[in-house]
Amino acid sequence: MIALGIEGTAWNLSIGVVDENRVILVEDRPYIPKEGGIHPREASQHHAEVIGELIRSVFSKIPPQKIDLVAFSQGPGLGPCLRIVATAARALSLKLNIPLIGVNHCHAHVEIGRWMCGVSDPVVLYVSGGNSQIISKKGGRYRVFGETLDIGIGNALDKLARYMGLQHPGGPKIEKLAKNGRKYLKLPYVVKGMDFSFSGLVTASQKLYDRGERKEDIAYSFQETAFSMLAEVSERAMAYLEKDDLLLVGGVGANKRLKEMLKIMCEDREGNFYAPPTEFMGDNGAMIAYTGLKLFLKGREMSIDESFVKPDYRIEEVEL
Amino acid sequence: MLGFMKVKRYIGGEAEVIISEVVEKIRKPKRYRIPEIDEELRKKRTRSEVRIMAMARKVGVATPIVLDVEGDKIIMERIEGEAVKNVMDEEVARKIGEAVAKLHRAGIVHGDLTPMNMIYNNGKLYFVDFGLAFHTHDIEAKGVDIHVFFESLKASFENWEKLKDAFIEGYSCYERAKEVLERVKEIEERGRYIDRSKYEVNR
Repeated sequence: MIALGIEGTAWNLSIGVVDENRVILVEDRPYIPKEGGIHPREASQHHAEVIGELIRSVFSKIPPQKIDLVAFSQGPGLGPCLRIVATAARALSLKLNIPLIGVNHCHAHVEIGRWMCGVSDPVVLYVSGGNSQIISKKGGRYRVFGETLDIGIGNALDKLARYMGLQHPGGPKIEKLAKNGRKYLKLPYVVKGMDFSFSGLVTASQKLYDRGERKEDIAYSFQETAFSMLAEVSERAMAYLEKDDLLLVGGVGANKRLKEMLKIMCEDREGNFYAPPTEFMGDNGAMIAYTGLKLFLKGREMSIDESFVKPDYRIEEVEL
Repeated sequence: MLGFMKVKRYIGGEAEVIISEVVEKIRKPKRYRIPEIDEELRKKRTRSEVRIMAMARKVGVATPIVLDVEGDKIIMERIEGEAVKNVMDEEVARKIGEAVAKLHRAGIVHGDLTPMNMIYNNGKLYFVDFGLAFHTHDIEAKGVDIHVFFESLKASFENWEKLKDAFIEGYSCYERAKEVLERVKEIEERGRYIDRSKYEVNR
């Protein structure tokens, strides 16, 4: 069976095509803000402008008759962006006369990670722009055991980068600067049980910048503090749930220092660390296609009426 | 008898706990953290844990007695009983509420209220882990404390709503309970608000 999935909850509009065994193709049309951060309306206008061309491009590589199922990111995400994606998916479903399935974006990150790494029941650390969560399966559904009390780690990195005059996306730029950091500057380390918070860390880092500290040292100190917090809560969740496998997903998972820290943490408790290839860590259409296919094979299907977008869709609400 | 006692070793998120005739809690260095962060955290948390355990006992919350402290190691009394995780019901949740009320009244915020950190024995509830606790009279901190507990209930028990109500019943003996519980609601709402507007920042 071949499934086509459309992802477009935020900045990246992406279509992926998969079957049960492999990813057949992925094509991206990212929205890149001219200045500042992501603006929801501009992002949705971008998606609306390029989605027709993107679909044609995909169909030039794989004929539409071969597609058995269309899946789309139903939420969580930016309302205006979600509506563009849902509209395109409904149109394809009607036109090609194939089933339609809405997929939870966070669930899709977890599923593609599990698929690519071949790990069945891990603790998942999901880190992206807006989301930072510790997720694991319990009692037949995914549950969030810990999460940020304010902003996601990706947003925190972006905020700091922008404050220091760096362009969006900030994460990779902070990572690069941090490599040349030499001095650790003390920053607030905020962990509460399995929850954590980043906004105080951002404010304190901005103050260091105002004080004239080197960008490299600030970036280094920020990463070391924030990622230590994430490694600590991941370890606490593994201990609490008595699970030995940790899976890292989400766009910020591309960061090499974060991966290194989690790997060391897992080694030291005789656990296993997994991360999918970087191109499948950030938002992508393949994860939506694969998760939609998986749900469909379990008998799930959706009418047009049920396909309304859910900007606040939580992973706990997903029926597995 | 001691010869037959099994030594259990448990590596938590923060410390290693060795349970024999006593409990040794050791905050070993974490290799994933740079020493500048790691050493300070371990020292700070060990010192504060010992101090707060004594404070908690003074206000009537049962905790193990600290026998000795050596650097990053605390040696404390072993508490027999069941992990609350395994015996949770409405009665236990109410008792947890009463105990947290006592802590909050004394300005102790636990920082990691989960059923994993409590032991229940013959109707007596012990709090065994104050590793992330701190002292404050701030309503927000107390609200987050309870929010963390509710989240852990939600994540671990099917009947979490009943357990939550029972907790609130117990907690309500605290004079500022209303104020704190209102803040808990606000914190929940805030989380949802962030969900909705998560990408709309900095503009």
